[in-house]
Amino acid sequence: MAAALNIQKGTSKHSAYDLRDPNSDVIERHTLAVIVDNEPGVLARVIGLFSGRGYNIDSLTVAEVDHTGHTSRITIVTVGTPAVIEQIKAQLGRIVPVHEVHDLTVEGPSVERELALFKVAGAGEKRVEALRLADIFRANVVDSTLESFVFEITGTPQKVDAFAELMRPLGLVEMARTGIAALSRGA
Amino acid sequence: MRPRLDRGFFYALRMHGRTAEGTERQMTQMTGAKMVVQALKDQGVEVIFGYPGGAVLPIYDELFMQNDIQHILVRHEQGAVHMAEGYARSTGKPGVVLVTSGPGATNAVTGITDALMDSIPLVVLTGQVPTFMVGNDAFQEADTVGITRPCTKHNWLVKETDRLAQTIHQAFHVATSGRPGPVLVDIPKDVQFATGTYVAPREAGNAHYNPQVKGDREMITRLVEAMETAERPLFYTGGGVINSGDAATQLLRELVEATGFPITSTLMGLGAYPASGKNWLGMLGMHGLYEANLAMHDCDLMINIGARFDDRITGRVADFSPGSRKAHIDIDPSSINKTIRVDMPIIGDVAHVLEDMLRIWKSRGRKVNREGLARWWAQIAEWKKVECLRYRNSDTVIKPQYALERLEALTKHRADRYICTEVGQHQMWAAQFLGFEAPNRWMTSGGLGTMGYGLPASIGVQIAHPEALVINVAGEGSWLMNMQEMGTAIQYRTPVKQFILNNERLGMVRQWQSLLHGNRYSHSWSEALPDFVKLAEAFGCKGIRCSDPADLDDAIAEMLTYDGPAIFDCLVEKHEDCFPMIPSGRAHNDMLLAADAEAFREGAALV
Repeated sequence: MAAALNIQKGTSKHSAYDLRDPNSDVIERHTLAVIVDNEPGVLARVIGLFSGRGYNIDSLTVAEVDHTGHTSRITIVTVGTPAVIEQIKAQLGRIVPVHEVHDLTVEGPSVERELALFKVAGAGEKRVEALRLADIFRANVVDSTLESFVFEITGTPQKVDAFAELMRPLGLVEMARTGIAALSRGA
Repeated sequence: MRPRLDRGFFYALRMHGRTAEGTERQMTQMTGAKMVVQALKDQGVEVIFGYPGGAVLPIYDELFMQNDIQHILVRHEQGAVHMAEGYARSTGKPGVVLVTSGPGATNAVTGITDALMDSIPLVVLTGQVPTFMVGNDAFQEADTVGITRPCTKHNWLVKETDRLAQTIHQAFHVATSGRPGPVLVDIPKDVQFATGTYVAPREAGNAHYNPQVKGDREMITRLVEAMETAERPLFYTGGGVINSGDAATQLLRELVEATGFPITSTLMGLGAYPASGKNWLGMLGMHGLYEANLAMHDCDLMINIGARFDDRITGRVADFSPGSRKAHIDIDPSSINKTIRVDMPIIGDVAHVLEDMLRIWKSRGRKVNREGLARWWAQIAEWKKVECLRYRNSDTVIKPQYALERLEALTKHRADRYICTEVGQHQMWAAQFLGFEAPNRWMTSGGLGTMGYGLPASIGVQIAHPEALVINVAGEGSWLMNMQEMGTAIQYRTPVKQFILNNERLGMVRQWQSLLHGNRYSHSWSEALPDFVKLAEAFGCKGIRCSDPADLDDAIAEMLTYDGPAIFDCLVEKHEDCFPMIPSGRAHNDMLLAADAEAFREGAALV
C-alpha cells in the first residue's frame, strides 16, 4: 500500500511507457484509479491539478471505499498523448494524500461500469416502446407514473450512450450519470 | 548582535508556568497556542519570521512568555516569507513563518509560490477566523487553504486542537522530505484557545509520505557504462544538489575530479562545484556562458543532477542537445520526462545516487574515454577563447559588470560571504561575475523570478549567520519592492549590505524592448526615484553613493567596514545590456554575444 510515492514504476523498465512511442501525438484515453486519504480538500487537489496544468477530465467519480482506513477511490478518465498521460500520473503521485495511482488502461484487462437514471415521459405507443427497449437493455424501472418512467441502467459508457440515443425520440426529459467506476480483472 | 533585552524579565514568568503545570499527564494537555510554540521547539526551531494580527494573538501571547524561539518582526508578510527562504537556503533547515488570517495570508502568497518554484522548505503558520465563522465572510477571513493549495507542497486547515501538534509535526516532515517545498498550516483562533493533547514529534507519525531516496541500481549501472565510453560528457547540475545537503556536494566534487568531466550548473545550483574548480564551465542557460551552452548543445552524454530542464535552460526544446544521451537524477518523478525525454531516468536523492554511482564506477575500474575527453576539453578551450563575458569598460561611468568585478575582488577572500540578489540584469551579472566556492552561499529567486526577494532574503541569511558578510546585489526597481524591510534590518541590527546597481531603468525589461520590441521603452524607467542616501539616513543606516569608477573601490571598502546595515547607491551605465543571451525560443548554439547585438536588432525588426 505504501507504494504511492515509491515510484519504482517511474524507471522506464517497469513502465508501460516503453511499449508505446513516447513521442507519439496520438491522443489516448486512459482510466486512472487513484487511492487517496479521505480528507478535506483532497478532491480539490486532484481537480486543481488537472485544471492548473491544463489536463482533460472526461469522467470523474469518487467515494470512500475503506471506512476504517479512511481511503477513497477516485476514478478518472482522461485523454492525452502518452507523454501527457505519464506526466499526469507522476503529478498525481506527488500529491501528499495520494497513496497509489493505477493506470487501468495499461496495467492489464479491466472492467468499467457506469450507472445512469433516465426520466422518459410519453403516452401510447412511445411509452410501450420505451418500456420494451428498457427491457432489451436490462434497465430497471425505479419510478413510474401514468405519464413517465424513471429507468435505471448499468453498463459501459457506450451502452449508456446507446440507450440515451434510443430514449431521445421517445420522450427523454432528463438524465443523470454517475461517471465511470473501474476495476482491474482477475485477483 | 541580536537584542535579548527581555530574557531576565520573562525567566520568572516561565518558571512560574512550569510549576503550575505539575504532573506529566497535565503536561501533555495545553492550549492550541501553546502547542504551536511547543511543537516549534520540539522541531528545533530557533527563529521565526512573522507579523501579528487578530487571528494569531493567542500564539503571539505564548511567544511573549518564552525565550527559546526568537521572533523577527517583519514589515510586510511577503518579507517574512523571503526572510524564511534566505534563512532556509543558507542553513539547510526549514524556514518558519507566522502570519495572521486574511491579508496576512494573502500577502504571504508570493513568497510561498517563490519557495515552491525553487524547492525551499518552509513551514507557514497562518491564523484563521474561529471555526464557527469560517465561510461567513468574517472580518479578515480568506480561504487560505484554497488560495494556497496550488502554491504549497501541501496544506492543512486544523479544526481540532487535538490534531494540531500532529499536523505541525507532519508539516515539517513534508516540507523537508523528498523534494523540499513550502507547506502551510491554517489554525482557527478557537483552536488556538481550546485545550487539547500534545504529541511529541516521534509519536506524530508521518502518514505514508516517504519519497524514495535510493536510485535504481540497474539504471545507475547503465549510466556508469555510458560514462566509461562517452567522448563528450557533461555534468549539468542544479539546485537539487544543494537541497540534498553537504554530502551531495562532497560526492559531486569527488566525482567531477575523479572523472575529469566538465561541469556546468543552473542558476540555482551555483556553489555546489567551486567556481575556482578546474572543470568548471560557468553557469548555463539564457544568460549562461558561451562555453557552457555550447557544451550542452554538443555533448554526447548529459548527466543532469538535480536540475529540471527549465525553459531558461533548454531554449528551444526541439533543438536541445540533439546528439546526446541523457541521464536525469531527480527525487521528484514528475520532473522526469516532463519537458525533455531522457534515456536514463534515475529517481532518488542526489547524495544517495552519487554515492552509488561513484562506488559502481570505481568498482568497474574507474574507466573514462581519455582520448575523447582530451579532444572535448580542446574544443571547450576553443569556445572559452570567445571570452563571452567581455565588456567595454569606461573611465567615466561605472559599468555594472565592473562594479561586480570589483565587489568580487574585494570580498571573495571571505569564506563567510553570502550573496542574495533581486531579479533582473543585476541578478544575471551577479551569477556571471561572482564566484561561489561553497553551497548555500547564493540566494536568488530562480523559478518565480520575484522582484523584491533579495532584501528580505539577505536579512534572513544574516539572522542565521550573524557574523557573516551578507550582500544583496540589487537593482533599484526590485529593491524598492520590499524596501520597507530595512526597518527590520535596523531593528534586529543585521548588518546587511544593499549593493544597488542603479541604472534608473528596469534593465531587463528595457533590454527585451531594445532587442525585440523596436526600442519602444514602454514604462521601463522611473522618473521619480528616491535619494537612496537620504533614504538610508531616514531608516537609520549608512548611505553611500558612487558614480565614478575611480572611487568605486574605496566606496565598497567603506560599505564593508561599516558596522551595520548599509545602502550602496551605485550609479551605473543606464543602457548596458546583459550578454551573452539566448533569445527566447532559440537554440543553445544560437547565442547572442555583445558584438552580435546590433545585427540582431536589425533582424528582429523583420520578425
